[in-house]
Amino acid sequence: MALRTFAPLAVPGLVLLGMLAAYRSGADVFEALTAGARKGLETTLAVAPALLALFPAVWLLRASGLPELLGQLLDPLLKRLGIPGETALLLLLRPLSGSGALSAAADIIARAGPDSLAGRTAAVMLGSSETTFYVIAVYFSAAGVRESRWAVPAALCADLACWLSAAWICKALWG
Amino acid sequence: MGPALILLYALSLLAAAALGREAEAGRALLEGAQAALPFAMQLAGGLCLWSGVTELLERAGASALLSRLLSPALRRLFPRGADDPETLSALSENVSANLLGLGNAATPAGIRAAKGLKRLGGRDELCLLVVLNTASIQLFPAGAGSLRAALGAASPFDIVPAVWFSSACSLLAGLGAAALLRRLWR
Repeated sequence: MALRTFAPLAVPGLVLLGMLAAYRSGADVFEALTAGARKGLETTLAVAPALLALFPAVWLLRASGLPELLGQLLDPLLKRLGIPGETALLLLLRPLSGSGALSAAADIIARAGPDSLAGRTAAVMLGSSETTFYVIAVYFSAAGVRESRWAVPAALCADLACWLSAAWICKALWG
Repeated sequence: MGPALILLYALSLLAAAALGREAEAGRALLEGAQAALPFAMQLAGGLCLWSGVTELLERAGASALLSRLLSPALRRLFPRGADDPETLSALSENVSANLLGLGNAATPAGIRAAKGLKRLGGRDELCLLVVLNTASIQLFPAGAGSLRAALGAASPFDIVPAVWFSSACSLLAGLGAAALLRRLWR
């Protein structure tokens, strides 16, 4: 029970630990926090134009009724795998586009509710995966290697494991 | 991205016409555009706070500590790359930046490591590095938590243990698939 009582303090506790560790090694704590905030603002500014371009597209897609249709089509498969049908669009976008996946996840979580099973599952899926094809393209082209060999199938195995385990653990914890 | 967006719009318009959702679709575009900026601002709060904590941890020497802790694992996963000090340091920089959620630092280090592995002839090790980077190994899911906070979750970071579980499953599946495929691939 103590775990449940004190769990909400984990995040502020972590911040305190970070401040203590930095203070002990002689860093300027306040300056580090503001430098971090500046980096966070830069990240936000970097993704904001993509969000502004993609939110209308995702909203339009959602309003068109296509995702429900897709969800219904994929539902037998997703249900067998134990994955909430609402997350279908996120699963399709996640490996391809980071900001597209963020837009889709925001839409799913806003509609299903942040504390609903589907909303939580979408957040966990987003938090435990990467933009697979983008990463593969960046690394192989930067290294000047043409053949990606077994990288794509292995990375997709990891993604599939991510979807299945996210759906399973969320159902076990909050289902 | 261009053709994909055009396809997305075309499919949406077709579906809206076919499913009788013209009115909703007509409103959706502007609603989406208006929602984007408030959402980005909401998200910024969480991202800035967590970037600050990451900065604190970095200045306390967390990256160096992680690199030391990771060294034995990296030597096992990348025997060829680990023989070259420069590649090994790029590898450990990449993995520790990923663990701390420093995407901006992880990619340049990862690319240096990828070039090193190519030079050393580690074709399988290069694939493994890429697979490792496509699996999210971030210790603290700041983005997903901030997203939940922005959308009004009661306790945004209560998903952390679930994210750890799912990340671990994904990483193990990636490593397992890599171990299997590198033997089968010709």
